Amino acid sequence: MRKPVIIGVGLTPVGEHWKLSLRDLAVEALLNAMEDAGVDKVDSLYVGNMASGSFVEQENLGALIADWAGLGNIPAVKIEAACASGGAAVQEGVKAVMSGLEDVVAVVGVEKMTDAWPSDATRYLAYAADAEWELFHGVSFVALNALAMRLYMKEYGYTEEDLALFAVNAHANGAKNLYAMFKKPITVETVMKSPYVADPLKLFDASPIADGAAAVIITTEEKAKEFVDKAKMVEVAGMGRAVDTINLANRKDFLFLKAAHVAAQKAYKMAGVEVKDIDFFEVHDAFTVMAALSLESIGAAERGKGAMLAKEGQIAIDGDYPIQTLGGLKARGHPVGATGVYQTVEAVWQLRGEAPNQVPDAEIGLTQNIGGTGSNITVTILRRV
Amino acid sequence: MGRPMQVARYWRHFKEKYRLIGGKCKSCGHVHFPKRPVCPECGSQEVEEFQFSGKGKVVSWTIVRNPPSGYEYYKPYPIALIQLEEGPVILAQLTDVDPEEIDFGMEVEMVTRKVREFEEDGIILYGYKFRPPIK
Repeated sequence: MRKPVIIGVGLTPVGEHWKLSLRDLAVEALLNAMEDAGVDKVDSLYVGNMASGSFVEQENLGALIADWAGLGNIPAVKIEAACASGGAAVQEGVKAVMSGLEDVVAVVGVEKMTDAWPSDATRYLAYAADAEWELFHGVSFVALNALAMRLYMKEYGYTEEDLALFAVNAHANGAKNLYAMFKKPITVETVMKSPYVADPLKLFDASPIADGAAAVIITTEEKAKEFVDKAKMVEVAGMGRAVDTINLANRKDFLFLKAAHVAAQKAYKMAGVEVKDIDFFEVHDAFTVMAALSLESIGAAERGKGAMLAKEGQIAIDGDYPIQTLGGLKARGHPVGATGVYQTVEAVWQLRGEAPNQVPDAEIGLTQNIGGTGSNITVTILRRV
Repeated sequence: MGRPMQVARYWRHFKEKYRLIGGKCKSCGHVHFPKRPVCPECGSQEVEEFQFSGKGKVVSWTIVRNPPSGYEYYKPYPIALIQLEEGPVILAQLTDVDPEEIDFGMEVEMVTRKVREFEEDGIILYGYKFRPPIK
């Protein structure tokens, strides 16, 4: 099979972009990535997006974005996997290149969330849950995660302060990322003083609603040489994806992300690596408890020990398991369908050695992107060429 | 947004939502809620209706303070994962309870309550909620 390589990345800052529409954001990120890769045309476009129909009354994003970016009559489609749409779109792009059907593929993740009224945004996000057996009862996504957080603390004896350490780490790293929504360090006290959104989950346990777009250009290792130097190439070495029950209540185990476990094992096998080989992890910390559960399910920590990594300082940039090296969802921001592509862009920066918060000598990085309450998860492993 | 004229969308679940009827696999005996076309345990497509007792215990809970649109009027309200005495876990609101008294393992029973109303000319949704049993 052909070896897939990322040769260009582009993005917009994450934030409340009052002057920019969904198409403005997507086109900006996409053209930046094409410029970075030195390509002026692509064979196809995959758009990662969760809920443009709900947020801005726009579907058919493949046509919209290809049209406005001037890409001509190429094939272009939207890939949807809730908040994992971006990670899934990257993987679909990689598959297209590996298959031999397309040589130069563009992937853009985009979400425009702030045009919606906040309680409507809360509603649209909950569409990723089970509409008839969860949302019907008035549950929000935050509330579903709060149910898991309360159980996690009880089962393993952690406190709200312990979990707050994930937010503190994310903000410390995000402070160095010019593209992050929040560039300000916080303390455990900041988290503890923030109001409950769904007890015991507080405002600062949660990632923010935001606008943003990120893009990557993927081609084969052979073809890449036509466009960029080796220093700019990053290989997509392994990837996996899996689903779980749509309804949290139907899970046999509320504290293990089975889909992340399955996806990670597939990715490790494909890349021929083990967890200990990985230099940094961009996990899906939409809520602090999800960072802990993610680390456990991908095998970076034993069950119940995910939050211990935070307490021991091992998730910091100089620890054994650096996570959220450029702010993660919490500080960089979480424009849902774009998040998986932001993670990919940040991993590419780390592996090219050009990250503003560099992990020393990073050779292998992992991104993990969650859709729903753990119901649709992607794991991708990137490696320096 | 959220102004369904389609009564049928909610009416079709009256057995589950008013009476807590779920499914039981004729092949392996696994009970689940709501009833599915394929048994989640053994994959059999022979699933029959099963009447749950409505009694259960709280597994985890939260207080929804920032609800999705359509539910703002009712905030704050408690939502819980409840393990039914027959085994399955379901998600539902708790009612007739002081939020301070909710705890792991608290016994609850099903009641039928109003879940939400739509605008003036809209329908009124009813469904199951759970409360501490009346002694």
